[in-house]
Amino acid sequence: MEKLIFKVYRGDSGKGELKEYQIEVDEGMVVLDAIHKLQATQAPDLACRWNCKAGRCGSCSAEINGFPKLMCMTRIDELPKGNPITVEPMKAFPIIKDLVTDVSWNYEVNKTIPPFTPKPPEPDGTWRMQQKDIDRVQEFRKCIECFLCQDVCHVLRNHNKHSQFIGPRFLIRVASLEMHPLDTVDRRELLKDQFGIGFCNITKCCTEVCPERITITDNAIIPLKERVVDRYYDPLAWLIRQLKRVFKPSAK
Amino acid sequence: MHKATLPKELETTGLGKTARKDKWLFEPLWTGLGFAIFVVYSTWGALNPGPAGHPYYEWGPYLSPFFSPLFLVKAWPDWWPKILRTPALFVLWAPLGFRATCYYFRKFFYRTYLLDPPGCAVGEARSHNYKGEKGFFIYQNLHRWFLYPAVALVIILFYDGVKAFFFADGFGIGVGSLVLIIEPILIALFTFSCNSFRHLVGGNLDCYSCSFSNRARYQVWGKVSLLNRNHMFWFWISLGWVGFSDFYVRMVAMGIWTDWRIL
Ligand code: SF4
Ligand code: SF4
Ligand code: FES
Ligand code: FES
Repeated sequence: MEKLIFKVYRGDSGKGELKEYQIEVDEGMVVLDAIHKLQATQAPDLACRWNCKAGRCGSCSAEINGFPKLMCMTRIDELPKGNPITVEPMKAFPIIKDLVTDVSWNYEVNKTIPPFTPKPPEPDGTWRMQQKDIDRVQEFRKCIECFLCQDVCHVLRNHNKHSQFIGPRFLIRVASLEMHPLDTVDRRELLKDQFGIGFCNITKCCTEVCPERITITDNAIIPLKERVVDRYYDPLAWLIRQLKRVFKPSAK
Repeated sequence: MHKATLPKELETTGLGKTARKDKWLFEPLWTGLGFAIFVVYSTWGALNPGPAGHPYYEWGPYLSPFFSPLFLVKAWPDWWPKILRTPALFVLWAPLGFRATCYYFRKFFYRTYLLDPPGCAVGEARSHNYKGEKGFFIYQNLHRWFLYPAVALVIILFYDGVKAFFFADGFGIGVGSLVLIIEPILIALFTFSCNSFRHLVGGNLDCYSCSFSNRARYQVWGKVSLLNRNHMFWFWISLGWVGFSDFYVRMVAMGIWTDWRIL
């Protein structure tokens, strides 16, 4: 057992402070354990969100020593020794109390994405696809909606563009639909305008924090940017489209 | 609609403001410095082709990549600024445009030089109007247009690389031959690991199993994706090697270094 100093945010969006606590930690404890111990022994009114304690539910997102992380997946013995360990709430969202933030904006954004719209089934009434057609999409489906990527993205965090940019988590959702072999909707115009993909400047912080190790930028955002380029910024693609239209007037 | 108001204790704005305790400054510092050295050297090198009749960009079968393909101007018009009278002018725009719009370069440039953001979860300068790649930087969408000349350049540089083995007295291997053959290999690895290239060879398809050509493109896309994982590495190593290749040819042409003949 070892006593460590923790600095934990206490307060809400209006005012608050980083309060210092001494907590006895055992070997193998994660930050969420320490927070629970704090609740049990010194601060019963400390608010924090958690559910699975296994990195699956995405509830316990916070900023540990200034870096967005899941509290339940951050071992205390992996943090640098000798410093107080700071635990703050996510900073891209309004704080309800202590470590709990209001992430409802994300759910509203999600509703604006046109959902999966499959093409008609084959004559026997079923749809067929092969594993290699959906490998890419399955990477994106690993998302646990912890919103750490939204939190770290400077477009939201520093520039508050919540009304113009849907953020990396929802760009991967759009990617999972756009790359789906059965989906029929073209979301490129939305991506360019309403979803604000141009705000992303590919600085890759979302990829750095994702606990599911989804290669958000390289596998989702850049390919989506390239698809937008196909439609709006590539004169060669434009020429090919025109030629196709001339030679195959019935093609859409 | 939504604005996270934060109490003073959690403030995120302010250049370099962060609660991070690790050495986040290290990466922007070394890459920023490395790139600045390259820019200074390559600008100087491109603007100093050497005296007429004794150019510093070629020696024997060697040709510096800064000047390849070589376009020689017999007589520059009088009004043309003296400092810009260099054959590099006809070449460098292509790799320059390709690299300046490269997705990895964008990450590096926005972080290191524009400090937008300087690091992950690190604060930016107060009150600046950020438009990302929707405002002035919308030109980044033209990356693909530089990809096409960049692919052509790979072929040309390979030609130069092979030519570097054929001396006045026939086939041979000099240290310069090796320098100039490694160079197009690294440039090719950089070019073919490009994200736009990855998109064009197969990333733009939705169904890989749907036709014979899609299945074939899936194979290529898979290989390019593997290369793409290390795109940053290929960016730096090819950049450094191109600079070194010019430096090597220049040193030999100036008579400062002697090219060692292995064969
Ligand atoms: S890469 Fe784009 S989406 Fe991801 S954190 Fe950076 S700006 Fe945001
Ligand atoms: S993409 Fe990764 S970081 Fe973003 S919400 Fe999903 S799991 Fe969390
Ligand atoms: S408690 Fe579920 S992810 Fe941490
Ligand atoms: S060269 Fe870097 S992404 Fe194209």
